[in-house]
Amino acid sequence: MTPTEFAFLARFLKERSGIVIGEDKRYLVESRLGPIARKAGFASLSELTQRLMRGGDTALAQSVIEAMTTNETFFFRDGAPFTQFSDVLLPEFAKTRAAQKRVRIWCAACSTGQEPYSLAMLLDEKAAQFPGWRFEIVATDLASEVVDRARTGLFSQFEVQRGLPIKLLLKHFTQEGDRWRIAAKLRERVQFRTLNLLRDFSPLGQFDVVFCRNVLIYFDEPTKADILGRIGKQLAPDGALLLGSAETVLGLNAAFRPHPSHRGLFVPAAAGAAPSAFRLASAVR
Amino acid sequence: MKHCLVVDDSSVIRKVARRILEGYSFKISEAENGQSALALCKQAMPDGILLDWNMPVMDGYEFLSELRSLPGGDTPKVVFCTTENDVSFITRAMRAGADEYVMKPFDKEIIGSKFAEVGLI
Ligand SMILES: C[S@@+](CC[C@H](N)C(=O)[O-])C[C@H]1O[C@@H](n2cnc3c(N)ncnc32)[C@H](O)[C@@H]1O
Repeated sequence: MTPTEFAFLARFLKERSGIVIGEDKRYLVESRLGPIARKAGFASLSELTQRLMRGGDTALAQSVIEAMTTNETFFFRDGAPFTQFSDVLLPEFAKTRAAQKRVRIWCAACSTGQEPYSLAMLLDEKAAQFPGWRFEIVATDLASEVVDRARTGLFSQFEVQRGLPIKLLLKHFTQEGDRWRIAAKLRERVQFRTLNLLRDFSPLGQFDVVFCRNVLIYFDEPTKADILGRIGKQLAPDGALLLGSAETVLGLNAAFRPHPSHRGLFVPAAAGAAPSAFRLASAVR
Repeated sequence: MKHCLVVDDSSVIRKVARRILEGYSFKISEAENGQSALALCKQAMPDGILLDWNMPVMDGYEFLSELRSLPGGDTPKVVFCTTENDVSFITRAMRAGADEYVMKPFDKEIIGSKFAEVGLI
């Protein structure tokens, strides 16, 4: 790959997915796109890049973008966001949403589905406390390959052993050969679709909780700020945003501020103006 | 420092498990079957036990039933670690008093995830 070709690929990925690939990630590009090039019948990565430069091959473009995504995820990743969801947010919603009995959750980079399914399992545990409620989980990701996998609800033995307590495996999964499939009841709780966070996502509607975890890290600051700003518009004024354990909104977007007592939990900044039920409750706590 | 007993008839598995668990700051002792593991537990109850199923002399399942009937035998967190990956085995182990279950092959992440699950990490 010539420097020009590498520069083209980097710009192409940034424009299409937001993912920033520095010169130091050359090895990553080569190891991930090499197989794509071979599979598509190109003699080299250079040839593949030349083809992309000419444009028009959307399938090739898509598989290049998908190959450059990092889909690492596991059940109940980092623990805290899920405890915060069930121990902080759900009790709040039990009060603030008592009339409509409806809570909408968005997993904005769901990868192979472990995150939304973890939420579905949590909600299943709490079902008795919320009779007649509708918890809607919308799970989206840029990469159609992982979204398709997520939808099947089928996980390898390795995947079901990362973060998932054995009791939940026994309770919600059935064995299919050497793989495990999550119960249809939980699969039906999650609506999966492909969605690029760079594009307009306002048609998804308003959410009470947004999990946007371990995806912004791949983007540059203006992209992060733009996405956070637009997420802010889709979030209920007393809703909450959960980021990855190494991520923050600080210095990026004024739409959010960190929750005063729960690390990794962010609330709309406007909530500071009027004492929302959320703030009062956390002040009492 | 928490103490973990690794029970497996394969010295290779014991070595791998020891290395992983030492990485999580456990003090390790080893036993190659259920009977010698039981003897060690009678001397001093470990905090955690990583337990194979198929072993000569006394297998993991038998060991677990014996352990749980000893005085103080309900304190160690027992993580089964076995090639018996069928759901019927898992259910049996959990009924016999196991706290977690690892299906072989395992790696550092899985061991870490399971020991965190039982509260030892
Ligand atoms: C590391 S995974 C995070 C999965 C999960 N949220 C977690 O924390 O475990 C990052 C995901 O972000 C997705 N992604 C990358 N760029 C994206 C974009 N522009 N729009 C939507 N998803 C994107 C990738 O396809 C990948 O599945």
